[in-house]
Amino acid sequence: MNRTGIVATLAGLLLLSLTASAAAQAPIKIGEINSFSGIGAPFTGPYKQAVEMAVEEVNAKGGVLGRKVEVLFRDDKGQPAEAVKQAQELVSGEKVTLISGTFLSNVGLAVSDWAKQNQTLFVAAEPLTEAITWSKGHDHVFRVRPNTYEQGRMLAEKAGKMKYTKWATIGPNYEYGKRAWETFRDRLKQLKPDVQVVGEHWPTLGKLEAGPFVTAILNQNPDALYVSLFGSDWLAFVREAQKRGLFQKTFVVGILLGEPEYIDPLKTEAPEGMLVTGYPWYDIDIAAHKDFVARFTKKYDHNPVLGSLVGYITYLSIFEAIRKANSTDTDKLTAAFRGLKVETPIGPISYRASDGQSTMGAWVGTTRVDARRGVGIMVNHEYVPGERVLPSDDEVKKMRSGN
Amino acid sequence: MGLFLIAAGLSLIFGVTRIVNFAHGSFYMLAAYLTYTLTAALPLGPASFYVAVLLAALATGLVGFLVEVGLLRRLYRAPELYQLLATFALVLVVSDVVAFVWGRENKTGPSAPGLAGSARILGQLFPSYDLALIGVGLVVAVALWWVFQRTRWGVLIRAATQDREMVAVLGVDQRRLFTSVFVLGSALAGLGGALQVPRQALTNVMDTTIITEAFVVVVIGGMGSLPGALLAAMLIGVVDAFGVLWLPQLSLVMTFVVMAIVLIVRPWGLLGRPETQARSAAGAGAGGERALGWRWAAAALVVLVVLPPWLPRFWVLVLVEILVFALFAGSLHLLMGTGGMVSFGHAVTFGLGAYAAALLVQAARAPMLPAFIAAPLAAALGAALIGFFAVRLTSIYFAMLTLAFCQIAYAIVHQWYDVTGGDNGLLGVWPPRWLADPLRYYYFALAACGAGLAALAAIGRAPFGLTLRAIRDHARRAEASGVDVRRHQWVAFVVAGFLGGLAGATFVFLKGSVFPNSLTVAMSVQPLVMVLLGGVGALAGAPIGAALYTLLDTVVTRYTEYWQFVVGVILLVLVVAFPRGIVGMLERRGG
Repeated sequence: MNRTGIVATLAGLLLLSLTASAAAQAPIKIGEINSFSGIGAPFTGPYKQAVEMAVEEVNAKGGVLGRKVEVLFRDDKGQPAEAVKQAQELVSGEKVTLISGTFLSNVGLAVSDWAKQNQTLFVAAEPLTEAITWSKGHDHVFRVRPNTYEQGRMLAEKAGKMKYTKWATIGPNYEYGKRAWETFRDRLKQLKPDVQVVGEHWPTLGKLEAGPFVTAILNQNPDALYVSLFGSDWLAFVREAQKRGLFQKTFVVGILLGEPEYIDPLKTEAPEGMLVTGYPWYDIDIAAHKDFVARFTKKYDHNPVLGSLVGYITYLSIFEAIRKANSTDTDKLTAAFRGLKVETPIGPISYRASDGQSTMGAWVGTTRVDARRGVGIMVNHEYVPGERVLPSDDEVKKMRSGN
Repeated sequence: MGLFLIAAGLSLIFGVTRIVNFAHGSFYMLAAYLTYTLTAALPLGPASFYVAVLLAALATGLVGFLVEVGLLRRLYRAPELYQLLATFALVLVVSDVVAFVWGRENKTGPSAPGLAGSARILGQLFPSYDLALIGVGLVVAVALWWVFQRTRWGVLIRAATQDREMVAVLGVDQRRLFTSVFVLGSALAGLGGALQVPRQALTNVMDTTIITEAFVVVVIGGMGSLPGALLAAMLIGVVDAFGVLWLPQLSLVMTFVVMAIVLIVRPWGLLGRPETQARSAAGAGAGGERALGWRWAAAALVVLVVLPPWLPRFWVLVLVEILVFALFAGSLHLLMGTGGMVSFGHAVTFGLGAYAAALLVQAARAPMLPAFIAAPLAAALGAALIGFFAVRLTSIYFAMLTLAFCQIAYAIVHQWYDVTGGDNGLLGVWPPRWLADPLRYYYFALAACGAGLAALAAIGRAPFGLTLRAIRDHARRAEASGVDVRRHQWVAFVVAGFLGGLAGATFVFLKGSVFPNSLTVAMSVQPLVMVLLGGVGALAGAPIGAALYTLLDTVVTRYTEYWQFVVGVILLVLVVAFPRGIVGMLERRGG
């Protein structure tokens, strides 16, 4: 074929594809950036599955605004710079309506800042840092999961009613670990002024040599220990703590540690009697939620984890916002997200107009080993909605003013 | 003690074969996962775990055998660093194989049957398993000592560690020696990994977590010295265990601070010896360094000026990234190619440049351009400080000291929340409005990075560059002819620091934010891989390698979350096909 021939064929193909896409309604494209490989990867698989389930379900019902929804998944490899690169590609190349996702706090912040600069809507699913909606908050970012502050406070409300006064803490030397402790400690001291802190331990994230820390904590002889370790550090810590009898001597409060992500890998070694925040998917008495668990388990042959619930709710929220805006225009969507009400498997939640934080809450309960299933579970749990622990609009305004 | 086992294997392999084996941590991880599966599968009751540990160690030895015979053996004639590229590719491949076979979720392995309890010593509870591990470590240490002192094979190993050319001249079959050492070393890594299972969670990142620490132990002890490895492993064990309790802010760097001090006081490690070979580890074998002609450079420039307006926006941004890494890799090439100084901590220049620019814009409210100009100066200043100590060292010790300084810088930005924002980084570092358009920023980056690369080309041909090359090829002769070796190396270090900082500053205004990630080992390895991929023999290798690697990474990542496997396999093929890098191949073609 000569050169003119090639050009003519290409032009023909282009025309064909244009007319084809005009005939069928083009799908609504959503860009999903998450750590599918790298440091966040242990937790993103079940999240992605729930997102796919949400999209399949909505498309089976005819999509949103009569258009199919298509999610483009991109891997940030656990690196903020990579996430920004994916955001650029999704928005400028794929022309997605909005960006959603992220697990790690620093990745979430990088994407959020990019979204602010480029006037793109960003729905942060899982990152926990308060900075996303508060000190670094802006008009184009919304967050689904209850943040570090909220969860620390939920635990403090309970621990403040208990007898323990001598406290120690151990957590990763990251912003998350420090903030998880500070929010808990400050509220605890308000509720119980005689609280005394006897030790703070900040091992390196992902590199915990647990033995010496357990010994040091035991030597400080606290009544109670606040733990913000997670992932592999938490698993290693449990092993060493049990060998040295820490859980028998000390009451333990663990932020996030009731989430299946962190308690399931321990199987029957899960420590009993801890006060935790988490997600007791096996024991939530709401019909819609039972149905969600049944659908998820049937589809993927394993139980959902908190990430799955967050992923599902994130996309339900996005669909609802598009419906409310009746458009995929960014300005209309951000306006729709302010005060957006969403019916979720765990009941209604809304997105606060003042900071874009959702009112999704968390469950606070006590751990026990379920011998039948061979894993740790939460018992005597209570759902604490976000409204109960979130700061008021005035306080939020103050926190966002430095921006 | 687990650390001793893996470090002993690594030290052994390096001592004899001179391979900087990044994949050593991958063998460690592989053995841990194998132990996990075998313990569950074996029908031996409580004995399953112990049999699984032995089987896993043997299996890792077998993998080591396949890797040495199937891959590394093809590369012994290539410049030594290409084996490093090959083992890096292996790290990628093994990492994704593990993720694929065992999944990405963290796992808790079995406990050691019979050793789950604790013993009370001096009023403190010590887990029995930890005590048993110390026993195993000592037994292995004694066994190795016996082998090296009392068997013929051991004598040959020791001889080869000291002077392998001489051993070869004496008629010893090097191939078998190398293979056997690699197998033993890999099996030791496997044993170390298998024995960690009851103490640690199994994760996909076990490999990278352990490998740096293993190198630290080996280097502190002295490369190739087993007693040194034992001593260093105990030292690091104590520092890790108790240092973090006393000085928690320093927990990130404690071991690196110890390593830096040891290396500054004893440049060959505690029990190591000065190397007999005068050649540097790079020994780039570059021979006559021939730059690709100026015609090529001019042609590339024309394409880079003319093409971008027709490219989609995203690819313009990818081009900026390529320019950044071309300059970053080019600045490293000045050190490792021209100067024969391989740095494992070059990210420090990139990170300093990026942070300096971000801090000036954020904290000092400086406009972009002054910040952009000041950033490389800050990086050069940092490089001057680091180089002052580093150029006193050679080969792997130089590399590891640069790594130590990079880690220290990482810890500072990571922990100094008030100034650097810690792990939440610095945000909102965008170029001003007139430069915000991707295409404009591209031309800005082209000017900055192009100028940097042009400067590097000029330096390479100037008397200064020629002198550096003389030092690389024979430091003593250069010294004898009146060259101040250290001063030249120091100046090169500062120049490379300046240009690395320029790359970092260009990068931060592209991404709008900077995080401690920009100072990690992974960030230091990236330009190293690019230089090797492109070819260490000529400066042109750096931009070619940067372009190839970035494009490969960008395209593959879009299609699979197992991008490491795909990129790793492609790298392996390239390494075997072009053992001198792309430029090496082009040169040979060109005659």
